[in-house]
Amino acid sequence: MNFITFENNYKSRTMSLNIDYNLVDWSRAQFALTAMYHWLFVPLTLGLSFIIAIMESVYVKTGNEEWKRMTKFWMTLFGINFAIGIATGIILEFEFGTNWSNYSWFVGDIFGAPLAIEGIMAFFLESTFIAVMFFGWNKVSKKFHLASSWLTAIGANLSALWILVANAWMQYPTGMKFNPDTARNEMQNFRDVLFSPLAITKFLHTVTSGFILASFFVLGISAWYLLKKREEILAKRSMMIAAVFGLAAALITAFTGDGSAYQVSQKQPMKLAAMEGLYKGNNGAGLVAFGILTPSKKPGDGKDPFLFRVEFPKLLSFLAYRNPESFVPGIEDILRGGFKPEYTAIPKQEAAKAISMEEKIARGRMAIAAFGAYRQAAAVKDSLKAVEAEKTLQSNFPYFGYGYLESPKAAIPNVSVTYYAFHFMVYSGLYFIILLIILLFYLHNDQIENKGWLLRCIVCTIPVAYLAGQAGWIVAEMGRQPWVIQDLMPVSAGVSKIGSSSVQFTFWLFALVFTILLIAEIMILVKQVKLGPKDGGAH
Amino acid sequence: MFETMSLETLQSYWWIIISLLGGILVFLMFVQGGQTLIYTLGKTESERKMIVNALGRKWEFTFTTLVTFGGAFFASFPLFYSTSFGGAYWVWMAILFPFIIQAVAYEYRSKPNNFLGPRTYEIFLFLNGVLGTLLIGAAVSTFFTGSMFSVNKLNLINPGDPAISRWEGPAHGLEAVLDWRNVALGLAVFFLSRVLGVLYIANSVSDEEINKRLRKQLLANSVPFLVFFIAWLIALVTLPGLRVNPDDHNKIAWESFKYYHNLIDMPVLLIFLAGGVIFVLIGIGLPLVNFAKNGSKGIWHAGPGTILTVFTLFCLAGFNNTPYYPSNWDIQNSLTINNSSSSHYTLVTMSYVSLLIPFVLGYIWYSWQSINRKKIDAAEMESEEHAY
Repeated sequence: MNFITFENNYKSRTMSLNIDYNLVDWSRAQFALTAMYHWLFVPLTLGLSFIIAIMESVYVKTGNEEWKRMTKFWMTLFGINFAIGIATGIILEFEFGTNWSNYSWFVGDIFGAPLAIEGIMAFFLESTFIAVMFFGWNKVSKKFHLASSWLTAIGANLSALWILVANAWMQYPTGMKFNPDTARNEMQNFRDVLFSPLAITKFLHTVTSGFILASFFVLGISAWYLLKKREEILAKRSMMIAAVFGLAAALITAFTGDGSAYQVSQKQPMKLAAMEGLYKGNNGAGLVAFGILTPSKKPGDGKDPFLFRVEFPKLLSFLAYRNPESFVPGIEDILRGGFKPEYTAIPKQEAAKAISMEEKIARGRMAIAAFGAYRQAAAVKDSLKAVEAEKTLQSNFPYFGYGYLESPKAAIPNVSVTYYAFHFMVYSGLYFIILLIILLFYLHNDQIENKGWLLRCIVCTIPVAYLAGQAGWIVAEMGRQPWVIQDLMPVSAGVSKIGSSSVQFTFWLFALVFTILLIAEIMILVKQVKLGPKDGGAH
Repeated sequence: MFETMSLETLQSYWWIIISLLGGILVFLMFVQGGQTLIYTLGKTESERKMIVNALGRKWEFTFTTLVTFGGAFFASFPLFYSTSFGGAYWVWMAILFPFIIQAVAYEYRSKPNNFLGPRTYEIFLFLNGVLGTLLIGAAVSTFFTGSMFSVNKLNLINPGDPAISRWEGPAHGLEAVLDWRNVALGLAVFFLSRVLGVLYIANSVSDEEINKRLRKQLLANSVPFLVFFIAWLIALVTLPGLRVNPDDHNKIAWESFKYYHNLIDMPVLLIFLAGGVIFVLIGIGLPLVNFAKNGSKGIWHAGPGTILTVFTLFCLAGFNNTPYYPSNWDIQNSLTINNSSSSHYTLVTMSYVSLLIPFVLGYIWYSWQSINRKKIDAAEMESEEHAY
């Protein structure tokens, strides 16, 4: 087929592509399952490792055995959680290959590097020094042991850095160029990948949210001891450290949360619209403070997207573009085009006026067709045709992924899930800050053991901290659908060619195993908490 | 310094790193081998506790090496990562699954209220030991015997079915067991890991009763290891392999005695292979002759010997214009270190990262030394607060 017919074929607006959505959905479900289970354990590792290192530092400085006992108690809980974090982590790394093989080739030249660096730089640091942490108490010097605790914490957080850099790159691909000879994107600038503004805010936001979770884990268990009138010195000291650590983390999380949302508005306007349930954009758009979505709302049906809503006027425009009068496009605007985009990450062609989703799909199909024409021309050494095809390809490449969409509607993420997850996350974040300030007040005045209501409230906040972290990932990952790489590859084009029943089988297998292991973990943790510190955690 | 290197040099450099990681991984699978021997070597709870704890202080290194091996392979040869992992789905899932259950087994085994009971966690360790070694061995063998996959980058132009790499058969990798050579290498790695497990335990546990059983197990596992490994090696050097012809548009063709030719063309590999095998034999032989005297030394010969042997096998698979991942579906689709690697820029970047590896090995060694100064014995198990 020559290039011209390709172009004509792909210009047709809506076409059935015979995509195996069953396979795509099960593959997504399996990845989501693994990632969500993994994120039940990782945030605690990220934060608790630092809390333990701080406690041990106090021990080494003061020589007070009570601090050692405290360090060891939290370390026991840390170890139980760490093991299951590893168990879920190995699957996640390999699932990029097993379930997203096309993705792995298409961007492996960029995406593989952070994964390998994570292994070389972070995992060995973590696994080597965690062994010293647990087995070295009577074998190495106090200072070497303390250094090991800090290195374990640094290793854990370094591994988070690299995987989040990789994730940020999927949300905002940068520092690379598509090479039609190899049929993949190739890295051109590692610094752009590592220091992309999205990567920095994502790393800080995600890691500090883990610190909050770990703080509430420590606070909740300590509060339980106080309610039971056990281990009061240990509980109060632990609470003091965790509350200060947690509040600092919560403030950074809020600050970087704003930064993350700003990055989303610059780079993923559709995700922003979904987060806010914004169908029709306007100048001076308000931020929804509280609202309930109309369940039956479809783009373009003219219904009010909200059954009920309270909003802060102009705040969304301000937060998104730092200008209270700026235009924030809604879902329907993005589908229709025609507005002047205020976001930065946009192809040159659209700087003055955003194009419609149909046009994006047409250009994506042209890019894909031109890629085919290039390969065919190159195969027969027709350099003239090859040059021409590559020109068409590169100028339309920013829309490459749109060519794999069946219709404009396929570009819309699940609005209600994204919206509610986002708002739940924000409410939780504010709640954490207020609760921690109240707690610090009573801790400071040494009145905490008399405040049963506050202690009970803190115990109940442990699950909220877990849910908030899950909600954050739901916003990040569901909100960017259909993209596995923003604008360049939708999930349907990244998936491995396997039978959907195979993926379904492994999904249920993992669901079963992870659930059993989670039950075991919780039972062991609860038992250890009930047993209490004794001589550094019972075995 | 790496920027000035040619793409071919960088590809070779990375194949050497992958080969080295592969070698270290197989050596570290002494943990898996040991896990299959817990009940064979430990007849009382106290004995088993010593064995589990000896292995438990090392399992994370094997695990981390496996993860790093995967990550490094992805970063340096992404077409292998996408083709093999996405295609031989069942094989990789079957390899990964036992590693999930291994990861919790040590930590949870002896904890009170652990839901499944200690015995279940021991079964997890046993399954990981058997499946992990057998399947990784068989998977490595397919680097020589080939697999049923196709690679066509033009598939990207079909939005309904854009997968570049496909597995051409319903078994998604499980068909590898139909080739006796894959089974033989799987079994060889399984028995080798048990030999290494015996030698590691001999090195790190001090207990009279266990020592007696170790010697017996050393012999019992060395014999099948040698039988399967030698059979596989004979098959390797006598059978035909694929060859890329750089003078004819990288066309791939069959060549009889290809791997034998590789050994002759790259005599250094012949020396490495012989050296590796001899080292393993010394590591087995010395303790067999006098266990009391040499028991704890065996691992220091057999370990490096294993690394050297596996390293050599990977080099034999990938160098000298040999496709390291042959396609039995269409030999022209076979993966070579040249057609499956990352770009020059990425390999340069990763090569700088690889300079960290000696540093990593250095701190691992230092930490091991500092917590393993003396052998584990029953008394230590009594007093250790963090015992598995």
